[in-house]
Amino acid sequence: MSHISPKRTYYTIFALLMGLTVLTVFAAFNHLGVFNFPVAIGIAITKATLVILFFMHAKYSSQLTKLFVGMSFFFLLILFALTMTDYLSRGLKTYPGGAAGAGYGVRRAEAVHEPAATEERQEGEKH
Amino acid sequence: MSDAAAIPADAHGHGHHHPDLQHHFDSLQQQHEAATLGMWLFLVTEVLFFGGLFMAYLLYRVWYHEAWAAGSRELDIRLGAFNTIVLIGSSLTMAMAVRSSQTGYRKATVNWLLGTMALGLTFLVVKFFEYKDKFVHHHVPGFDFQVTGDHAGLAGPMEIFFSLYFTMTGLHALHMVIGFGLMSVITWMAYKGRFSPQWYTPVEMSGLYWHFVDIVWIFLFPLLYLVDRTSQ
Repeated sequence: MSHISPKRTYYTIFALLMGLTVLTVFAAFNHLGVFNFPVAIGIAITKATLVILFFMHAKYSSQLTKLFVGMSFFFLLILFALTMTDYLSRGLKTYPGGAAGAGYGVRRAEAVHEPAATEERQEGEKH
Repeated sequence: MSDAAAIPADAHGHGHHHPDLQHHFDSLQQQHEAATLGMWLFLVTEVLFFGGLFMAYLLYRVWYHEAWAAGSRELDIRLGAFNTIVLIGSSLTMAMAVRSSQTGYRKATVNWLLGTMALGLTFLVVKFFEYKDKFVHHHVPGFDFQVTGDHAGLAGPMEIFFSLYFTMTGLHALHMVIGFGLMSVITWMAYKGRFSPQWYTPVEMSGLYWHFVDIVWIFLFPLLYLVDRTSQ
């Protein structure tokens, strides 16, 4: 009725998953600096992809099912990306010297006022 | 539709189609496709269910990086790795169980399912001893949580780490228990000869669920046990 994978496929995928598990433990005990996290996540995503495609038969599923599979991770990325965009940007300085340097707050009122005062003075001199 | 002759005379009879084909489906193929899609839709909600916890993990890890590193080193990497192997092994036996039901080998289906259940139980037993160890070392949030030694100053954020550790692995373990119950029913049905190469939908849908639970662990293992091992 639906696709039947040969036994060899399952054993091969299992061997790959085992190999990747050994690799991720090995990588964890080596100092890779900032790359430790991306390597661990990269290996986990690779393992999950193998399970989804071959154990869960997503590779042989209909286009609509594939769309649903992709959709779950698409929404997961939205959840991570938008939440982190908010939290990580809260302390960001948007201008050299921070918010004050950008001319917000009390200083801004002065900055806006000064040119207007100069203009008035110039106009006064003309008269 | 006005042409009555175009509709097979026995469209609503029971004699000529598979007993497991429900009336609102045209064919077993269509019924199988609908079940697969529905199961995946459920799994999408599950991904986002766990996703909220992964989101919390990610944010607190950024905020309390040192506590995360310290907490991660408190976990037993050997037990974590052993359980990873056990769970991936159970995914293999599950995939083989589905294959056996597809090809119509009743005895093989039952045996592979029993193997899957045995591995699932092994995982839960190991997890039980890991949890027990955390109680002994006062690493359970809310139960006299203590951190001694170099990281005593990180006790607050480390309690958050262990809160997430218990929530994520606990929710995962709950899924394992539910999966175990599901497998018991499927194994019984397989034993009774309820499945055939034409209809094995429950085996395959339980398989999808089981593999999903495996995937959650594939992410939990590096995030909780491995990441930050070498930092500092």
